[in-house]
Amino acid sequence: MRLPRFLADFIAAGRRSDRVVPGSGHTAWLTGFAAGAMAFLAVFALALSLAAGRLADRWSGALTHTATIRISAPADQADLQTRAVLEVLETTPGVAGARALTDEEQRALLEPWFGPDLPLDSLALPRLVEFTETAGGYDATGLRHRLAAEAPGAVLDDHTRWRRPLAVAAERLRLLGMASIGLIGLAMAAMITLAANAALAANGPVIRVLRLVGARDRFIARAFVHRFTLRALGGAAVGTALGMAGVALLPAADPAGGFLTGLGFRGTGWLWPLGLPLLAAVVAHVATRAAAFAKLRELT
Amino acid sequence: MIAFENVSYSYGGSALLSEIGLRLSPGSFHFLTGPSGAGKTTFLKLCYGELLPSTGRITLFDREVRGLTRDDVAAMRRRIGVVHQDCQFIDHLPLAANVALPLTVAGREGDLADLSDLMGWVGLGALSDALPPQLSGGERQRAAVARAVIMSPDVVLADEPTGNVDWEMSLRLLRLFTELNRMGKTIVIATHDMNLIRAAKAQVSARVLRIADRRVQLAGADL
Repeated sequence: MRLPRFLADFIAAGRRSDRVVPGSGHTAWLTGFAAGAMAFLAVFALALSLAAGRLADRWSGALTHTATIRISAPADQADLQTRAVLEVLETTPGVAGARALTDEEQRALLEPWFGPDLPLDSLALPRLVEFTETAGGYDATGLRHRLAAEAPGAVLDDHTRWRRPLAVAAERLRLLGMASIGLIGLAMAAMITLAANAALAANGPVIRVLRLVGARDRFIARAFVHRFTLRALGGAAVGTALGMAGVALLPAADPAGGFLTGLGFRGTGWLWPLGLPLLAAVVAHVATRAAAFAKLRELT
Repeated sequence: MIAFENVSYSYGGSALLSEIGLRLSPGSFHFLTGPSGAGKTTFLKLCYGELLPSTGRITLFDREVRGLTRDDVAAMRRRIGVVHQDCQFIDHLPLAANVALPLTVAGREGDLADLSDLMGWVGLGALSDALPPQLSGGERQRAAVARAVIMSPDVVLADEPTGNVDWEMSLRLLRLFTELNRMGKTIVIATHDMNLIRAAKAQVSARVLRIADRRVQLAGADL
């Protein structure tokens, strides 16, 4: 496989400069290690962000356009009020369809909390009517007024009361994940800048000789940029691979929707972390170049 | 080529050089003399843009040094070969690579054909693979001369280039400078060695500049 021309030129030009600048010793290892550790953390931040995004979508999307009416009425009025609610809904603009939940469905809803042998007959459970709305939506206030008149025990629950904070929380979690990746990038840039500055300072005498014989700043900087970029790329590739392996080993998502078991990548989401080593290389390139030019002006 | 107009240079509040006005023409050969500490090295550093004048104006190749960017300075130094008194090298590179360094940084590695001849001329042919810390003072000085001339620069500035070598090698290095001068290069050599100046005057038309009392004067022919 042939390397892209720009990458081949970058490596060749770097090697020319590389020869005249001695190895950076421990800073090289530190750079690779820092990039690897940061990439490892970034994989988890990315997984968190993507999982939170999926959760926000699910919480926002699955419950949109549906609502529930809870009917708490004495046993002898429950059926009557349920029919009244269904009639009200049939004539309410913006309601696409409605149905009362059966006893089996209500038992299934309560089973996770009370077990499978729930004696529904002996419990004063409210009846539930589920309805779906049209794209244009319905007038919740008007519906509440009509329900109060026709079925005094009916309470409209349009889900927004508890759905919105959850969706907002999931969305903020997604943003937090993205911000974490940004912070990880900045921290890596800071570490590489310090390492590059140390390497440049240690090579002060070499840099002075190079300037004396007519080396331009970009020739000198290239040696350091080349080294730190490749080391960050290599370190981040290892860190990303380890991070992805860690994510792959997390427990599989279960249908109950536990957030932690849903932490991971799905489908094409596995391609996202592959961009992290390249991102690390770009961060290292920019940080080292900026540090090198600033330090060269200071040294000579 | 190099022109000083009313140039002064101060260091730590006291004037080291003052009111210098001179022009080094293309193809000229100058010796720079004066007592130790008089400012010979400072004068040479002003000539290649390592130092900037405190007052006055220095022009290199028709460009004022103060207006040069860092890239301009680098380009200028490819036209000026410098032999430092302390002969700095890159210690991890073999001697041949150090001598060829100006070609490497200029991207002219294809012009290395004459490297072995040059190394032989300065008596370092057998030391091509040696590392600079393994060299004696005289060997370092000869290597510095070779590095300064390998690009065939327009100007060669040498600070005591024969200070650590024997008379025979001094004459050999002098011949290198005089040959370059015959090719039209401008040579400035700072030295205390009057015998070297006399030997040079026998070969080329060399002028002598003397630094005294912070001023650079053209010395008489009586040296």
